[in-house]
Amino acid sequence: MKRVKQVLGGDLRQYTMVVALVLLIAIFNIISGGRMLTSSNFQNLLAGNAYVLVLALGMLMVIVIGQIDLSVGSVAGFAGMVMAIAAKELNLPWWVAVLIALGIGIAAGAWHGFFLSKLGIPGFITTLGGMMIFRGGVIWISKSISVPAPVELKWFGSGYLPEWGPAFTGMNNSTLLLGLIGIAAFIFVQFRKYKGSKEENPLWAVVVRICLVSVIIAYFTWLYGSGRVGTSFPVPGLILLILIIIYHTITQRTKFGRNVYAVGGNKNAAALSGVNVQRTYFLTMMNMSFLAAVAGILFVGRSTAAGPADGTSWEMDAIASVFIGGAAVSGGVGTIMATMVGGLVMAVLNNGLMLMGVGADRTQVIKGFVLLAAVAFDVYSKKSGRR
Amino acid sequence: MENNPFILQMEKITKQFPGVKALDSVTLEVKRGTIHAICGENGAGKSTLMKVLSGVYPYGTYEGKIIFMGQEMKFKNIKESESAGIGIIHQELTMIPELSVTENIFVGNELTKHGLVDWDEERRRTREILKRVGLSIDPDTLIKHLGVGQQQLVEIAKALSKNVKLLILDEPTSALNEDDSENLLNLMRELKENDITCIMISHKLNEIAEISDSVTVIRDGHTVESYEVEAGRVDEDKIIRAMVGRSIENRYPEHESHPGEIIFEVTDWNVEDPEVEGRMVCKGSSFNVRAGEIVGFAGLMGAGRTELMRSIFGHNYGIFRGGTIKIRGKEVKLNSVEAAIKNGIAYVPEDRKNLGLNLLDSIRQTIVSANLDGITKKGLLDFNEELKAAEKYRESVRIKTQSVNVGVNTLSGGNQQKVVLSKWMFTNPEILILDEPTRGIDVGAKYEIYKLIHELADQGKAVILISSELPELLGMADRIYTIFEGSITGEVSGNEASQESLMKKMTATAGN
Repeated sequence: MKRVKQVLGGDLRQYTMVVALVLLIAIFNIISGGRMLTSSNFQNLLAGNAYVLVLALGMLMVIVIGQIDLSVGSVAGFAGMVMAIAAKELNLPWWVAVLIALGIGIAAGAWHGFFLSKLGIPGFITTLGGMMIFRGGVIWISKSISVPAPVELKWFGSGYLPEWGPAFTGMNNSTLLLGLIGIAAFIFVQFRKYKGSKEENPLWAVVVRICLVSVIIAYFTWLYGSGRVGTSFPVPGLILLILIIIYHTITQRTKFGRNVYAVGGNKNAAALSGVNVQRTYFLTMMNMSFLAAVAGILFVGRSTAAGPADGTSWEMDAIASVFIGGAAVSGGVGTIMATMVGGLVMAVLNNGLMLMGVGADRTQVIKGFVLLAAVAFDVYSKKSGRR
Repeated sequence: MENNPFILQMEKITKQFPGVKALDSVTLEVKRGTIHAICGENGAGKSTLMKVLSGVYPYGTYEGKIIFMGQEMKFKNIKESESAGIGIIHQELTMIPELSVTENIFVGNELTKHGLVDWDEERRRTREILKRVGLSIDPDTLIKHLGVGQQQLVEIAKALSKNVKLLILDEPTSALNEDDSENLLNLMRELKENDITCIMISHKLNEIAEISDSVTVIRDGHTVESYEVEAGRVDEDKIIRAMVGRSIENRYPEHESHPGEIIFEVTDWNVEDPEVEGRMVCKGSSFNVRAGEIVGFAGLMGAGRTELMRSIFGHNYGIFRGGTIKIRGKEVKLNSVEAAIKNGIAYVPEDRKNLGLNLLDSIRQTIVSANLDGITKKGLLDFNEELKAAEKYRESVRIKTQSVNVGVNTLSGGNQQKVVLSKWMFTNPEILILDEPTRGIDVGAKYEIYKLIHELADQGKAVILISSELPELLGMADRIYTIFEGSITGEVSGNEASQESLMKKMTATAGN
């Protein structure tokens, strides 16, 4: 057990959800007769859930500061709709439309942030209002009709990486390159960490860790790269990956990230340590709606049109991902990586149940139970860990 | 058993936690109708012992025997110990602020008639009980409208309403001012006359000396000493020796200060209460501090010491209504805490858990938390720098921990305070404001904090020390200001001051 601990590093409890995720994939793969672990299914899984995971990135930070954002689905829908209308009715180039959509996200976030930080109205109320305002807004400006999206956006929503180079690799070379970069980056990071703390982190553990992760990355590289010709690791997946790296760095390695945790952990102590609590609130809410706009754009790109009901109840999936990832309702606790695992658990559940032919109704029921079970387990294990 | 003089005998209590023996065969015998004091450093096992007694740790999770009123007790939970007649008043009050006095007293034990709450009867009984603790307030008053001292009395009233025979008070006066403390001690004497036995856990040796009949000292989970005393004749030094296992000749370390020039000067500082319009919490306060000088601030609770300092510290409290700050002769505007820190001011708040620490953080995260720029390289936090800083302070400040990666919530009060001090030392301040830096800390750790304060002064820093304990100010400060109702009423040099002269100025406006 001690060995396992040294390889994985630190607290084993944070891996419970990873284990659950692996088990889920394995079980669904067996039940569905191998249809889970196929190239096309995993490409779909990622492309079809990237937007929720993007939302969860922002939601994690919102929940860490001790707030909640109920408006993200509506803001995503609104931003997507404005983008489609701007491109179609105003004949603006697609990238201008995208910038407008992102601007709308930032403005919506500033709106929520203003009420929270300047007037002290809890995020729950502020964003409940936002949820209604922006949902109404989508229906209003679209007159309840779907608006087709610029074709260029399709690449963002469901596109694949380019095909190039030699064919003997037997797979998409862009994906292969991505996998190799991933492995190299992981090795680099591990060795730099190793230099920092040699005692608790013996060399053999580092090597075992690197081998383990490399095998996993290699497997998924193969899975994503060896699909039908013309397919690869999906573009929305790549966008998500980049955002994960950015937000992991922001939360773990920057002053702003520390401020987010400080405000969530003890707002008064943070204020007395020189943290600008109001500004932290404001920026976190603004960032959330910005990511909501990104999610909206990805979704519109994938479905090739913006609909008046886009984004309905996405906030719930994002919030569930964060809590399955072990964040605390009271704030101050939670990480980007754990949230992504939480989001993937939801995504795999959706996907696996669909493969088994379980209807949306029962899927919903099962997801509800999983959320409760995950949080209950987390609370229980934290309690027993304390004794 | 009829003639058993003891109301409570705890025999050879041993309580193990994974890896630690919190209590090792501790014996406690309390005589009926006495006030029994328990002393010991933080972490000595006092609270654990009380938790065993009250059933928080149920029978079976500890070894040993509890005999209460002649019968062996096997409490499974607090409810059982309560109905046997044992009441606990915790250090942190457990009243519900939004409910009335009556509701709080009967919460969980509501009196009912035909299935509905019998308000008239509850109010009648509340009035009766309040009279017993000497409170004349309306039973419908909300708890949040009461002062801390009154809340404490209500808490005791609640215990009395449950017919307690043995009342345990855990640090009952730590949040009270002198008047309220005196009140409480008098109440304990009255209870004693009414045949209610009290166990008092306290760090305040003068209080123990004043009222207790016997003292038990616990150290490192063992009973060290237990003896009867004549009220008013307790040998404080003897208790201290027993608590720390060594003799502390002098409770305040020797120190000779060398004040330099004035580096911090506040003039005509005015602050308005943020909640009560028109009420000034600081009225034209002016003071100065020299480099290498320790300046004390004496004042009763609510006099406005904390409010003044928090207002100076980047307007963190109240509405600013004028005043100037000069650092090294240059006027500065400190409109935010960030600006105050940048200008070299540090403020260690009195309420460590609510204002000083994020209890979710590890030691290393806490130490760097007020100066993240100090570990930032190219816009990213450098964890190696963080670790270096944490290790540096662990050594120089002597934080007792096996690793700086553990959470601050695992530390004892004294070590937590050292972490908070480290956090502020890492901001490299010129002016340190220490608000009750030794509150709730045991004697040994206090001594170390005092030494640290001296070290800081020797480095040429200006130190402002707020304290409710006059001996502490007299032992530490080179100069003392007194505050009364928001005004600075006096300034005395440390060696001229006496408790009496300070107290006079703390209770009267200037000129009297």
